[in-house]
Amino acid sequence: MGVEQKLGNMGVVTTKLEELVNWSRTNAMWPMLFGLACCAIEMMATQASNYDLSRFGMELMRASPRQSDLMIVAGRVTRKMAPVLRRLYDQMPDPKWVISMGDCASCGGVFNNYAIVQGVDEVVPVDVYVAGCPPRPEALIHGIVTLYEKVKGERIKDWA
Amino acid sequence: MSFVKDTLDGVKATFTGLATTFREMVRPPVTIQYPEEKRPVRPRFKGRHVLKRYDNGLEKCIGCSLCSAACPADAIFVESAENTDDERYSPGERYARVYEINMLRCIFCGYCEDACPTEAIVLGDNYELSFTDRRSSIYTKEFLIEPVPEGGKATPQKVEPGIYTRSVPAMKDPED
Repeated sequence: MGVEQKLGNMGVVTTKLEELVNWSRTNAMWPMLFGLACCAIEMMATQASNYDLSRFGMELMRASPRQSDLMIVAGRVTRKMAPVLRRLYDQMPDPKWVISMGDCASCGGVFNNYAIVQGVDEVVPVDVYVAGCPPRPEALIHGIVTLYEKVKGERIKDWA
Repeated sequence: MSFVKDTLDGVKATFTGLATTFREMVRPPVTIQYPEEKRPVRPRFKGRHVLKRYDNGLEKCIGCSLCSAACPADAIFVESAENTDDERYSPGERYARVYEINMLRCIFCGYCEDACPTEAIVLGDNYELSFTDRRSSIYTKEFLIEPVPEGGKATPQKVEPGIYTRSVPAMKDPED
């Protein structure tokens, strides 16, 4: 953190550093292997050869939260699952991002009842919401591209 | 001699196994380069909603809220207001003053399409719905309504009294 804050007022150097860092982040963002319901099936399809998430630097899903940068919450989050989800999020190293995939994760979808968390943003901070029930693989890729646009806009002074 | 035979068997097995690899090397790749190249959707695909208009530019939606009643996820909110002949939005008595769909609630089941008596709401073929905040996932009438067709006038229109008294168009073929 110290270096970034020192670099914070160096003009063109930091701009180029920002671009480099954001470029590298968007080209090697590993998602966590973490599926909760039917959206996970579409997430698998996105990873498979027809849509091939490797084109976006997501070479493989990491099964460990300590090796992943991106959490794709794919599916409905039950009240019982919510603490586990938060724990997994806390175990991920910074910088980390969250995509809320599908209606159930984003706001409960049709499951407006006592068992389902009405939106995973009650538990973790969400960067991108993807609509669909479940979203097509293309829709998930669109969400990932939206996230990349957001990451490319990040600034050094906002880090940490 | 069994040593020679084992070696030859090993070589044969290696090439048998690699045959798949070599075959896949010359095959064209199956990957669809999504953001650049889009696979066309099926005719009955259910994507983002579109609110339709008649050819003269009047809105088909009459603000009856049947879609919102049919919606299993409670994603649609409709608030209707009265039409007058000086400010006419749709045929009949009422029109939808507020029409909002929460795209994150909607499960794209198409029940709203089935419930609509005027075929005003149709599920289109846009599936690219990603938002960075929940607020922008609520699509208002301005987002959903299709542009005024060629030769039509924008709403509200000033019309002659007594023409548009019927909110649901008369069906030519009830079987349809």
